[in-house]
Amino acid sequence: MGEARDGVKVKRVVFVTVGTTCFDALVKVADSQEVKDELYRRGYTDLLIQMGRGSYLPTKSTGDDGSLAVDYFTFSSSIADHLRSASLVISHAGSGSIFETLQLGKPLIVVVNEDLMDNHQSELAEELAERKHLYCARPLTLHQTIASMDLNSLVPYSPGDATPVAKLINRFLGFPEES
Amino acid sequence: MEKNTRCFFSNSSPNLVITCFVAFITIILVRFLYVIYRTGKPLNKRTPQQTLSTLIVLGSGGHTAEMINLLLVLQKDRFTPRFYIAAATDNMSLQKARVFENSLADSGVKGISAEFMQIYRSREVGQSYVTSVWTTLVATAHALWLMIKIRPQVVLCNGPGTCIPLCVIAFIFKVVGIRWSSIFYVESIARVKRLSLSGLLLYKLQIADQFFVQWPQLQRKYPRAHYVGCLM
Repeated sequence: MGEARDGVKVKRVVFVTVGTTCFDALVKVADSQEVKDELYRRGYTDLLIQMGRGSYLPTKSTGDDGSLAVDYFTFSSSIADHLRSASLVISHAGSGSIFETLQLGKPLIVVVNEDLMDNHQSELAEELAERKHLYCARPLTLHQTIASMDLNSLVPYSPGDATPVAKLINRFLGFPEES
Repeated sequence: MEKNTRCFFSNSSPNLVITCFVAFITIILVRFLYVIYRTGKPLNKRTPQQTLSTLIVLGSGGHTAEMINLLLVLQKDRFTPRFYIAAATDNMSLQKARVFENSLADSGVKGISAEFMQIYRSREVGQSYVTSVWTTLVATAHALWLMIKIRPQVVLCNGPGTCIPLCVIAFIFKVVGIRWSSIFYVESIARVKRLSLSGLLLYKLQIADQFFVQWPQLQRKYPRAHYVGCLM
């Protein structure tokens, strides 16, 4: 899958993002041999990790020896560019990252941070997974999700609309309906 | 005679104080009940030319993106001037609001008036409860100062804890008669099954005039809320 004509590899990048949080459990598991092997087996060539405020440093690799190329950084102002050039996104459960990825139409696996005290974030990921917009995993089950996922069965997310709220607010305040 | 007069005064003066006090409490209570009664009742018809000063409370993470999606479709000529408030530790949100207002100016919307302010948070994540007594006092005083300056007619908020003191002060302004405002709360899209603490407080205390949720499950659980679908 990763091979292409002219002997040049077509890049298929997996982008891992933890946003502004500290989520070492995800960075660690993404860097684990198990997950890297599974990603390589499924035809991905590059693993790029945005590690945020975490302290665990993944092992960089150029991927010349027939394995996944691994690179990482802490923060970037161009997360959107990284998302756009990715073939698969693995993200923390923050709503900002989730919807930015879905609106770009990228396949997404959300990994829920089980160390958070008030873990309401899993609600959103589970609801969207039920509606087949994404896959929802825990750090320990990520490699199974990657092995079993069928990206063609994902349903594209159609962006939401704030006009119902705006209409209700206007009506409440006594403004006439827009013509 | 003289004795009687003195008796009269010494008796009446505490009576007068008590009467005044009772009258004052009654007036406040009646006014309070009136505000409760009027909360959630639509305002009278107005012309589209009227403008309403609007306070927008921003929060980090996905909150600001949701709020900007709402502001995109609200009539900018009605909801003006706009005052944005974010926590002092949150630099990203006001920056996003500035970008949004600048994009409005670039696209030719006229008469834009926007101000950006930061507010102290009563308690940072991980702060001890002892020091948070002091910081809560400071944060409340700061919120009061900002609200006296802004005196908004519309308050828009969608989740961060900073909106609670601001909404309570807006409610007190209604009771005392400083400013009548309409408070709108949109629960974050991240809340599917349970309300956030801010949302729960504003819902239970009936401070919000209109309460919006983005998932049908929540509306079934909190029937006074309006289900409006996803904002993102």
